[in-house]
Amino acid sequence: MYVAVKGGARAIDNAHAWLAEERRGDRTVPEMTVAQIREQMGLAVNRVMAEGSLYDPDLAALAIKQARGDLIEAIFLIRAYRTTLPRFGGAQPIDTGNMACDRRISATFKDVPGGQVLGPTFDYTHRLLDFMLAADGDVPEAAMGDPAGDPVPHVTEFLNSEGLIQPEPESDAVPRDLTREPLELPADRALRLQSLARADEGFLLGLAYSTQRGYARNHAFVGELRIGSVAVEMDIPDLGFAIEIGEITVTECETVNQFTGSKTEPPQFTRGYGLVFGQTERKAIAMALVDRAMRWEELGEENVGAPAQDTEFVLSHCDNIQATGFLEHIKLPHYVDFQSELELIRKLRAQAKAAGQEDAT
Amino acid sequence: MTADQYNFAYLDEQTKRMIRRAILKGLAVPGYQVPFASREMPMPYGWGTGGVQVTAATLVPDDRLKVIDQGADDTTNAVSIRKFFERTAGVAVTEATTEASIIQTRHRIPETPLREGQILVYQVPIPEPLRFLEPRETETRKMHALEEYGLMHVKLYEDIARHGTIATAYAYPVQVEGRYVMDPSPIPKFDNPKLESPAIQLFGAGREQRIYALPPYTQVVSLDFEDHPFDPSRADYPCAVCGAVDSYLDEVITDDAGGRMFLCSDTDYCGQRQAAGHTGTEGAP
Repeated sequence: MYVAVKGGARAIDNAHAWLAEERRGDRTVPEMTVAQIREQMGLAVNRVMAEGSLYDPDLAALAIKQARGDLIEAIFLIRAYRTTLPRFGGAQPIDTGNMACDRRISATFKDVPGGQVLGPTFDYTHRLLDFMLAADGDVPEAAMGDPAGDPVPHVTEFLNSEGLIQPEPESDAVPRDLTREPLELPADRALRLQSLARADEGFLLGLAYSTQRGYARNHAFVGELRIGSVAVEMDIPDLGFAIEIGEITVTECETVNQFTGSKTEPPQFTRGYGLVFGQTERKAIAMALVDRAMRWEELGEENVGAPAQDTEFVLSHCDNIQATGFLEHIKLPHYVDFQSELELIRKLRAQAKAAGQEDAT
Repeated sequence: MTADQYNFAYLDEQTKRMIRRAILKGLAVPGYQVPFASREMPMPYGWGTGGVQVTAATLVPDDRLKVIDQGADDTTNAVSIRKFFERTAGVAVTEATTEASIIQTRHRIPETPLREGQILVYQVPIPEPLRFLEPRETETRKMHALEEYGLMHVKLYEDIARHGTIATAYAYPVQVEGRYVMDPSPIPKFDNPKLESPAIQLFGAGREQRIYALPPYTQVVSLDFEDHPFDPSRADYPCAVCGAVDSYLDEVITDDAGGRMFLCSDTDYCGQRQAAGHTGTEGAP
């Protein structure tokens, strides 16, 4: 007698127990605390906050711990948590011109008001494994300077005052909310940027790189890259004015791109823009390049059919939670579909064989 | 996660209202894909987040829920989704098709005919029947608006020209009330005739942010040609356990020498038949 396979519920419980044990690893090794991850795995925490679209370093660190270091899984945990949070209202737009910069560089000018500030960067480190870290090497404290204090002007504003760069139209319109409305195409720039800000870093990196290699090349210079903290302010209806509700660290990248001009516009530079939670400069630069590539239509450029120019393609595939879900779902049972294909292919083969025999006679 | 930390059926009331509006619009325009602001759920996209959101928006406390995947109540993902609603909504659950007021399904329609008052919720991976003919959403929406379905007929015709038969075995396209061409989700075409039903049928695609619906007794026609009529095929065997000759069968490989047997994919249907004394070659005497 045949007994069908049963026990799905028990298998799931056992799998979860095993997973928990694997996550913990060897129990003779001390367990990591969430605070250790938050402090010492800061860039992973930043990525999880950025792509999870939730600024909370403690929760991001917890998600990384729970996800065993799988950052996409951690981002998923944060996203799923985020949807359950009530919305109290919208903040005022942050003013990155008033950022307290930890890092601020321009690749287009040797010196600019506010100065070049390298900040905590890997850029000029030699990538040599530091075996001192394996041996509990403690780090001497870094020297401290005085904070500059004054607002640091945006580099592109210097070009703007000369009329050399295409101005961005100001608008007080409330942008659509990607997390509260279905994505409808074509998407305006605000919505595109919103989508890119939470997009997968690797996907954006690849797309941005492709523009540099000639698939819709747009000659990007990093006009400015700045990382630092900004105040978040919110209008409180009962008070009638905005109050500061917190501070977040963001990375902002403005690229200056070549543009030859058109019948109506004199030659001028154009811009790409990237803004991401935390210190996430690879992502911010990639975002600015992809943003610029998607602006071909508005700037009257040719569509050369490059992937980065294809807004629908980029926006439909840049979310790693959607992508990984659909990719991985093919490991779920598909016996029913497969069975129907099996029957179809057997039938087609039988027909082909019969036809072959007929031909032979 | 404990139940009292979340709202009834997990989603907050505003989200459920938004989803209900999309469902009502879908019922008003059968077969039309209604965009909705799909939420991130605590299970991955591809695991049935669309169906789960539709079920969550449809459930009331005295509902009795059945969840199946591949026709079976005991497949891992069906177990997981059923547990989710037991925990977050505290509703009663059942494996009996006749006892359920809401049935969430992946890839099958139950064999036991549904009745008025029941709701069947489908999990949908790709809601757009034209997607693999035209990848752009902006284009396919236009094609639906203009009722421009020639491309689909050409595809089916090319199948016949190449293979002598329409080479689509599951997710077989249908036309609803002579208007919208609709993807019935990846059910085997064997199930297509059951799409005309006294029950309400709701389709949820979470990642693709679409909901669509079939009100009771809606006309649903599987696309075909006069000289190549639609054929809802099944494996040509009786169920080895209950002897059914009218149910969709799973093929199970029993040894490494080509041994195989065929069993009902609908475990409730098979169980009911066994309880009623029906038996197949491998069934208990």
